[in-house]
Amino acid sequence: MRIKQLLIGMTASVIAVSSYVEMAIADLKFPMLVYRTGAYAPNGIPNADGFVDYYKMINARDGGIGGEKILHPECETGYKTQVGVECYEKNKKDAMVFQPMSTGITYQLIPKATADGVTVYSTGYGRTSAANGKVFKWIFNAPVTYWDGASIAVRHILKNNLGNIKGKKIALVYHNSAYGKEPIRTLQTLSKKHGFKLMLLPVDHPGQEQKATWLKIRKGRPDNVLMWGWGVMNQVAIKSAASIKFPMDKFIGIWWSGSENDVLPAGQGAHGYKSLTFNAPGSNYQVHADIKKYVHDKGEASGDGSHFGTVLYNRGLFQAMVQVEAATVAQKIHGTSKITPAMYRDGMENVNLSAKRLEELGFKDFAPPFKNSCENHGGSGLAAVQQWDAKTKKWNMITEYMYGDSEVVQKLIAEDSKKYAAEQKIAERCG
Amino acid sequence: MSVELLNFIETVLNGLMSGVMYSLVALGFVLIFKASGVFNFAQGVFALFAALTLVGYQTGQVPFAHLINELFGTNYHNWYASMPNFFAILLTMVTMIALAWIIERLVLKHLVNQDPIILFMATIGLAFALEGVGDLMWGSDVKVLDVGIPSGGSIWLEEATIGLAAEGSDYYGMYVDVLNIWATVIAVILVVSLALFSQYTKTGRALRAVADDHQAALSVGISLRSIWILVWAISGFIAMVAGIMWGTESGVQFSLSLIALKALPVLILGGFTSIPGAIIGGLMIGVGEKLAEIYIGGYFETGAIENWFAYVMALVFLLFRPQGLFGDKIIERV
Repeated sequence: MRIKQLLIGMTASVIAVSSYVEMAIADLKFPMLVYRTGAYAPNGIPNADGFVDYYKMINARDGGIGGEKILHPECETGYKTQVGVECYEKNKKDAMVFQPMSTGITYQLIPKATADGVTVYSTGYGRTSAANGKVFKWIFNAPVTYWDGASIAVRHILKNNLGNIKGKKIALVYHNSAYGKEPIRTLQTLSKKHGFKLMLLPVDHPGQEQKATWLKIRKGRPDNVLMWGWGVMNQVAIKSAASIKFPMDKFIGIWWSGSENDVLPAGQGAHGYKSLTFNAPGSNYQVHADIKKYVHDKGEASGDGSHFGTVLYNRGLFQAMVQVEAATVAQKIHGTSKITPAMYRDGMENVNLSAKRLEELGFKDFAPPFKNSCENHGGSGLAAVQQWDAKTKKWNMITEYMYGDSEVVQKLIAEDSKKYAAEQKIAERCG
Repeated sequence: MSVELLNFIETVLNGLMSGVMYSLVALGFVLIFKASGVFNFAQGVFALFAALTLVGYQTGQVPFAHLINELFGTNYHNWYASMPNFFAILLTMVTMIALAWIIERLVLKHLVNQDPIILFMATIGLAFALEGVGDLMWGSDVKVLDVGIPSGGSIWLEEATIGLAAEGSDYYGMYVDVLNIWATVIAVILVVSLALFSQYTKTGRALRAVADDHQAALSVGISLRSIWILVWAISGFIAMVAGIMWGTESGVQFSLSLIALKALPVLILGGFTSIPGAIIGGLMIGVGEKLAEIYIGGYFETGAIENWFAYVMALVFLLFRPQGLFGDKIIERV
């Protein structure tokens, strides 16, 4: 009996000590909602690898954030909204921030995270009106929103048509989900403003079959096609566009429809396809050199390391960098390295990624500078256009970073967030 | 001819071609159901696994490379730069036959005489297990599949039809993807070969005997197990063809397994036990959904009606003809 009690006691002590050690070593929790399996895995994996490699590099190079190691438990969502919410519930205790990587999951988490006091950061996706920090205290979507994206794409088309697109036809091919429907409102407003006709063409999940959609395009003959796609939908759309000989330089995807995965299956047919982006492709940045030195060369790369420098991997690096920077800012504001989720939110709201700060972090010329504030959780609203070169198999930036139509976008954000505030009985803040 | 009529014909043609692609998946379901009464939920994953394996062989990828490298600290990724298509397809066929043998040994053998629902559940488990094995073996990146089948709009058809429109009308010819034309030719060859095989070979007759009555077939000395291996192997071969066609269109990725959902309404409409039913059902679903999407879809606020419209068509058939157009009539004798 004594031996049994002794064994139980020893086991309990070991568990208690190891839990304490774990807490002490890894006390900044950045849970990751990932999709490394299922239909959207080809997009989810490189993005998640970017996050993990960056966190590992910060832990190895800097000993964590202000001396506090980053803990980054993964929870597999399979890009399913319900599973994403379960992942949130499982991991929300002591979590600094959630990056849902799905607009559907983000919509579900907005009221929950607001009630729980947990920061949600949907980088360039999610609910656009969450850019209004006066209403959405806990939600951030910097550096650019879908409504900015829609107006930047239209601005690019305007530029290519000498500022006049009256009477032109623009089609939107979109994933028939919360994500894909997000730009419709902005495009409808812009179509009234500029006099173009808008064709809406939804594609159901997963988008493996799009013949009818592209027959409609062939019949309707739009001058330009915009795409809000994800996963296999992007590949099939680009291949279908090439197949019906739609001019690829008039086909523009949002930043989630512009990775190497999307264009490679179409081969030479994808040459000239354009997409928006808020970060640069390639691996010639200081952050890549640091990841190589502190992570990859030590055999610690996430996955097989083959996604290093790809568009979605780089986006993961950028997203992770902003999240880490928010923790650094929070530590400075509150004068302690052991920040709470509420302190972390303050950090996110005061992130100021100037060109100088981006350079210090190893991201010089990687993305345009932006800063958050109490009123603005949507960042700079800047994005550029990149174009695929099928011969060299490379994305090339063909424009400077540009703003969208802030007059239209800000008005829509104000309207939508006001409506949400009334529904949820939220009092506006920021004085 | 008016441009509207030409557009209508174009929609019908493309619907027929899409239907053939659905039929390619449905054929595999029918074969297994006929021979063993099992609704193989894993048929879509079979197509995915075959396509992954084919690209793996083509590009010389080391199977389970990630796992091996993780366990042994090695850095193996490729055996060789590339393999000719013919040998890669041959090796994939061998792999699919081996897979059929493994499934018979590990799953089916232990479930003889179980209720069909148990066998169905087993195939659900098989689908998820096989998807996991496929991921471990070949990784989940999007892979480019090229076995030399041409794709893109048919220039010949475009030029041949451009003159059909009334003079002065703004029409630039009819569109059909060459890949779909190839799929049609391959589907015809497949169906004819299957018909000849089951009609004129000893094994084919044994296969039909098993399909008609397991007990009777056993009593005349037909080995149920070898027939099951054979049927699953043939179905694996059909899955490979479907995987090649769909993979060429979209790249090989895990969403390919969802093409099984496209085959379901085809099966309900054509019948679970008829090979011609799978073809005719596919064509009807293909044409029906494309016409619905293009000519009715605009009246729905959300659009994108083709996916559920296929199931509505199937449901209507189910109400009036539960066994499908060509399926065996269900007679229960008390």
